[in-house]
Amino acid sequence: MKPEAGVLMSRGRAIGVVLDLLSNELVVVCNGFPSREASTHRDRPENFYMIGSMGVAPAIGLGVALAQPRRTVVVFDGDGNVLMGMGTLATVGALQPKNFIHIVFDNEVYGSTGNQPTLSHSVHLDAVASATGYRHVARVREKDALVATAKGMLTSEGPSFLLVKVSQEAHEPDRVEMEPPAMTERFRTAAMGKRGFGSAEPSAGRGGIGAHSDGRTGPR
Amino acid sequence: MPFPAKDFVGLLRDAGCDFFTGVPDSTLAGTFAALIEQRLFVPAVREDEAVGLATGAYMGGKRPVVLMQNSGLGTSLNALISLNLIYHQPCLLVISWRGHDGKDAPEHLIMGQVMKSQLDLVGIPHRTVAAGTVQADIAWAGEVLHAQRIPVALLVTKGVLS
Repeated sequence: MKPEAGVLMSRGRAIGVVLDLLSNELVVVCNGFPSREASTHRDRPENFYMIGSMGVAPAIGLGVALAQPRRTVVVFDGDGNVLMGMGTLATVGALQPKNFIHIVFDNEVYGSTGNQPTLSHSVHLDAVASATGYRHVARVREKDALVATAKGMLTSEGPSFLLVKVSQEAHEPDRVEMEPPAMTERFRTAAMGKRGFGSAEPSAGRGGIGAHSDGRTGPR
Repeated sequence: MPFPAKDFVGLLRDAGCDFFTGVPDSTLAGTFAALIEQRLFVPAVREDEAVGLATGAYMGGKRPVVLMQNSGLGTSLNALISLNLIYHQPCLLVISWRGHDGKDAPEHLIMGQVMKSQLDLVGIPHRTVAAGTVQADIAWAGEVLHAQRIPVALLVTKGVLS
């Protein structure tokens, strides 16, 4: 069942390789070990770490991408996650967000719960992404190919889908320490950048739907 | 007499709502039609996906609305709990109340009966919209969102919106 073991990067290493390529891109990381590995390797305000709602990472990333069309949004996802929320691949294919990059670290198991097998050994998720209409789709296994392909996607119009085959090797990473509400605020501030940049809040301070209770008018 | 769906959308926009997603239902057909006609609607394939889209949009600076049939509440409950409630991500839920008063197709009857208890149980404030109080209902939702930064639901029964 593990023909590629021993020749592949671990997911933690692959996540680190991609994080090291980023500048101000916004990153949504799926729940489970990937969020913990990403925060351990390189925490940054532009990272949003999920702790629940499995399968929803690309939907969150797509929402950010639609709200902030001038920012590049990268989703770090897993094979179990994609299989759970596979419908979102169709939504991405239909909406064609140019600023959306979906990177799936595929170890063919539910690695955060004891390595039970997923279906991605026989169902090729890159083929699914091609079928739903992602503009660029690639599958990589080695570090050099990962770096070159990720760099290419970061400088091209999407939506892009990068399947990274990784090993099942994992050392239980530290938990994300930041409290979830603080995470929301940190990422929201990073995503909105300077107030008014495609994200005007015409009624900030007067209590419209979703307004902040402190009525703040600029990033903290 | 039903409240015009176009005016309902107008009131939501006046309240600052600027991101609309969800999965259609016949009770809200007029609202969906108005949103689609005004090119405001982001289609989702499942209600938990819609909730995810809304939270992403919120963090991108939008004020999101998720529209769904109450069966979708079951589908989206985990996202509402382990995303919105845990992370303090507000969004307005507009939920059609299928199975209201026990009159509907069989698949809607149980959810129609337990929906309000379910919302109470997980701690999502809700209010049932009446044609005569739409503006006040939206204002109430805005105030609760503003104060608590969590999802708030407006429940819509058949015949309330055109």
